[in-house]
Amino acid sequence: MSDIVISVQELTKCFGDFAAVDHISFDVRRGEIFGFLGANGAGKTTAMRMLCGLSYPTSGSGTVAGFDITKEGEQIKRHIGYMSQRFSLYNDLTVWENINLFAGIYGLSKADTESRATELLERLNFTSERNTLVGSLPLGWKQKLSFAIATIHRPEVVFLDEPTGGVDPITRRQFWEMIYEAADGGTTIFVTTHYMDEAEYCSRVSIMVDGKVCALDTPARLKQQFAAESMDEVFRTLARGAQRGE
Amino acid sequence: MKGNFLSFVKKESLHILRDKRTMLVVMLIPVVLMVLFGFAISTEVNNINVAVVAPGRTDGVEDAVNRLVANDYFTFKGYISQDQIDSKLRSGEVGAVVCFTSDYDRRVAQVEAGIQSSPVIQVVVDAANVNTAGAATAYLQGVLLGSASQQAMFESRMLFNPQMKSAYNFVPGIMGLIFILVCAMMTSVSIVREREVGTMEVLLVSPVRPVKIIFAKMIPYFVISCVVLTSTLLLARFLLGVPMSGGVSGIVAISLLYLVLALSLGLLVSTIAKTQVAALLVSAVVMMMPILMLSGMLFPIENLPKFFQVVSNIVPARWYIDATRKMMIQGVPLVAVWKDFVILLGMTVILIIVSLKKFNDKLE
Repeated sequence: MSDIVISVQELTKCFGDFAAVDHISFDVRRGEIFGFLGANGAGKTTAMRMLCGLSYPTSGSGTVAGFDITKEGEQIKRHIGYMSQRFSLYNDLTVWENINLFAGIYGLSKADTESRATELLERLNFTSERNTLVGSLPLGWKQKLSFAIATIHRPEVVFLDEPTGGVDPITRRQFWEMIYEAADGGTTIFVTTHYMDEAEYCSRVSIMVDGKVCALDTPARLKQQFAAESMDEVFRTLARGAQRGE
Repeated sequence: MKGNFLSFVKKESLHILRDKRTMLVVMLIPVVLMVLFGFAISTEVNNINVAVVAPGRTDGVEDAVNRLVANDYFTFKGYISQDQIDSKLRSGEVGAVVCFTSDYDRRVAQVEAGIQSSPVIQVVVDAANVNTAGAATAYLQGVLLGSASQQAMFESRMLFNPQMKSAYNFVPGIMGLIFILVCAMMTSVSIVREREVGTMEVLLVSPVRPVKIIFAKMIPYFVISCVVLTSTLLLARFLLGVPMSGGVSGIVAISLLYLVLALSLGLLVSTIAKTQVAALLVSAVVMMMPILMLSGMLFPIENLPKFFQVVSNIVPARWYIDATRKMMIQGVPLVAVWKDFVILLGMTVILIIVSLKKFNDKLE
């Protein structure tokens, strides 16, 4: 098994004349927490959609979990997990039904579903909430559940699109503990965020400005390179040069 | 990947079951509509108040008036004089006035002897409500043309629906409306809801093929529609007494086809509408109005202006209602409405192709 889980070369996506993603290249290693930063409209979501097989690149190439993003989208979908910034479980289904649904979608056997779901609930201390409608859970719990469900099929890579938006600091902290745990287990994490303190938690960080990757390194080295105190400063230095607005 | 398809069907069923209110509404609407149209709303004309102007109360006049009195549709309000006609009609006291000429008997005798003569009875009707007026005139004519010789000159027979029950006429229309409501409206709203809430994105990133997501959505609604179909048919047969002498299987067959058509219509709406509200509006305006107005449900297509007659050809409900009406009331077999069936089939195929194509394009 290769040590590179995501590899992208000169990936480009144009909408008409507008290059939303402009020749980006990077590699993500197994077990890494890869922070994918950028201001709104910088092209993060478009890039992520291409990696997930939701959208075809205009040019360039790449692989995710060993599959070609231009040709093997269906295979990629089987090997990744995805959690969007908008809460994406079903509010009118119970915790257990949601787990079962997604286990079913990823083709888990009945026995696997049963054991993983039980383990998942124990890990989250959710066992008593098994038959609660997800809609009645607090947001922070929902996000944790959402992450747990996104990884129920043990994907090689999990894509997290602003997973902690609107969540309180304590829950965010707990959420990142879950991310670390998953990364320690060998799952690669590809995460976008607007919180710069979260960027500090990442193994490596890339910053996109105007469709291009402007910086890519560990948080420590980026701070050194830009002679900055924090990731926040690094980000603002880079984002100031942006031509595109919201 | 059969497992994931089934878990989807289960999920969709749970959505519907959890939303008890909506489900109740869907199940009850057909019943309410059937009862409403069957008993309360009626285009039949009952209890028309009639006054009579008869300068000479001859035997012939008495005879005619007696027939009027005996008839359930009319309430005889007594004799009035010529100059009261206007005020009685204006005050709404009576809906129609029948005037006999003073030499009624003589003129009738002339007619019977084959001699040309001018009209002997004049009917003055309050035509503020056109439908009532038309029906009243027709009924009055029937009742007053009483004498044997006159009847011999004019005979009409009401086939298939001899009691002229309007409920018969409405049942196919209600079915045409309800299935669009359940299948098209609810599927489109449910697809758009997933897009609006954001769950669709997660589903699209999963290995489930989009087509499967859609079909899994359609199945529970199809089942609900089948339940509605059954209850509508039962109500029509046993509560309203619609004959259905042509057999139920044909009606069921064309209804199932119509259900599939409605589902693909819903899918098409979901590709156009971005929000649930928009989906509802599109369904209501683009689908309900034509069904009510242009399908022959309320107004006969022959009575529409030429332009709308042409437009009505593309309203699927028109063909469905036409076919079910024939099968339910005239009792013809499915073979006899092959033309409607083929047209519906064609529309269904086109709709499925267009909506699936649009749905797939939308994903990019």
